[in-house]
Amino acid sequence: MKAIYKRELQSYLQNMTGVVFIAFLCGFVGVYFMALNLSYGYPYFSYTLTSVIFILMIAIPLLTMRSFAEDRKNKTDQLLLTSPVSLTSVVMGKYFSMVTIFAIPVAVFCLYPLIIKAQGTAYLKADYCSILMFFLLGCVYIAIGMFLSALTESQIIAVISTFGVLLVVYLWDGLSSFMPTAAGGNVAALGILWSVIALAVYQVMKNWIVSAVMEILGVAALVITYLVKSSLFESLLPDVMGKLSLIAVFSDVAGNQIFDASGIVLYVTVIGLFIFLTIQSIQKRRWS
Amino acid sequence: MIEVRDLTKSYGDHLAVDHLNFTIEKGRIYGFLGPNGAGKSTTMNIMTGYLGATGGEVLIDGHDILKEPEAAKKCIGYLPELPPLYMEMTVEEYLLFAAEIKKIKKQERIKQVNQVMSLVKLEDVRKRLIRNLSKGYRQRVGLAQAVLGYPEIIILDEPTVGLDPQQIIEIRQLIRNLAKEHTIILSSHILAEISEVCDYILIISKGKLVASDTTKNLEALMAGAGSLELVVKGPKAQSEVILSKISGIQKAMYYHGEEPQTTRITIETEQNADIRENLFFAFAEEKCPILSMQKTTSTLEDVFLELTQQNEKEDVRDESDL
Repeated sequence: MKAIYKRELQSYLQNMTGVVFIAFLCGFVGVYFMALNLSYGYPYFSYTLTSVIFILMIAIPLLTMRSFAEDRKNKTDQLLLTSPVSLTSVVMGKYFSMVTIFAIPVAVFCLYPLIIKAQGTAYLKADYCSILMFFLLGCVYIAIGMFLSALTESQIIAVISTFGVLLVVYLWDGLSSFMPTAAGGNVAALGILWSVIALAVYQVMKNWIVSAVMEILGVAALVITYLVKSSLFESLLPDVMGKLSLIAVFSDVAGNQIFDASGIVLYVTVIGLFIFLTIQSIQKRRWS
Repeated sequence: MIEVRDLTKSYGDHLAVDHLNFTIEKGRIYGFLGPNGAGKSTTMNIMTGYLGATGGEVLIDGHDILKEPEAAKKCIGYLPELPPLYMEMTVEEYLLFAAEIKKIKKQERIKQVNQVMSLVKLEDVRKRLIRNLSKGYRQRVGLAQAVLGYPEIIILDEPTVGLDPQQIIEIRQLIRNLAKEHTIILSSHILAEISEVCDYILIISKGKLVASDTTKNLEALMAGAGSLELVVKGPKAQSEVILSKISGIQKAMYYHGEEPQTTRITIETEQNADIRENLFFAFAEEKCPILSMQKTTSTLEDVFLELTQQNEKEDVRDESDL
């Protein structure tokens, strides 16, 4: 894993992607910092971070797009996969190298609260907690981008699909407010969701009996539960979606200074999930 | 060394490798021969653990490539069809990286990289970026990567494709040198190359093994059933009468000779029948002079065409247990 980590890091710094990424983030956040904190005199750096959070949506896909897509295109994955290293360590090596690149601008941001402090009052605890959550949110984005890069051999497709998914993450709270709150609407939405899952199972297994049985059982369970106790379904979807909102966790810390440990658990879980999916998707490709 | 049992790989409905069985023994150079799309690269990719098989198993030195991948992959050095090179690295950096992921001990890495570079003659370009190297040099960097760690088995997928004749000779020489201490498997669709370098040939066609034998035996397989070309003085009818008395002829074809009053005859003989002396005396008796007689022996090329075309007619000749 160390060898792959070192090589990836070196390649990010040599072929400019990493350097441009670092310069872009530092420059962009620097401008906001200057305007909001230095010029308007707002004492929280976390406020600046809240304003620039959308930039991760653009910057992170540029960092992650080449991680696996390029290897696959140049066939260098043949070297990695035929060497006596496990696939997990290949994926982890690549992931940590990207996290390290992202950690460099974040380390620069750690200076900003000190600059504010030199000018007068600063809220260091709140600011450093926000920087930590900003960093973790970036790590979640990197894991998502890495997974999407592992699905394709085109860097363009990787960058666009990552941007699309991160846009949905960014708009998540807005989208969950469109979800139906009435019990009937929720049952219908869950039914559609379940049908999509059943279809996906059919796609994977090519066995229509299994997916038909799944579909019938699922829909029957939904209908029976609805008839017995419909209040269970009231605003179920908006509630669940709200709990899974990645951005809300960050804005709670950065905007409202509420530091909730369950948010860190959510971030780490999502990171683990996407690293696992990356490994699985590469494994699957070897077999199909 | 390597045991391949009942190996199958299908891409959707297409069967790329079809129940392949063979064993590779230590200390030989094996040639993997087949027309384009026969499943050579797929088989090699499965043997090295890059692809998973649909069915069957591959044992490398007793380790199953799927169940104990790390132990099995340690025994193998692999040069794929397209050398897996990182263009933004220098030759030396790349080889040091390859040495590290092949788990070569830290104190030995620099020594081994230097040895391998002198082996494939890369010392002059060690500080150059791989991006700026020519195709031949890139191939050598790929080869150096496969040799690193001195694995027992070295697998080379079409190692001489795209090289100039001088480089091809050098690479072949290198393969022969490596064969003194390693088992080598190389694939190619170029017959001359295989027959020159390899001791043992595996011919596959449409994912099936159609022949596996030593180079000599395969050439001998066809040598018996050769053909003769005669030029005799005299009309066609006379030659026909003479030839009808000789046994061992499968088929004879008659053409007009280039000189006036001569006949050119092509005779296909039966297996292992040498009728040249009989022909000479039979024609001499009739006072019909033979102006020239030439024996054409079949080459490996004929064996190859015969076997791969046979397979197309679904008349499969499976000699996997030879």
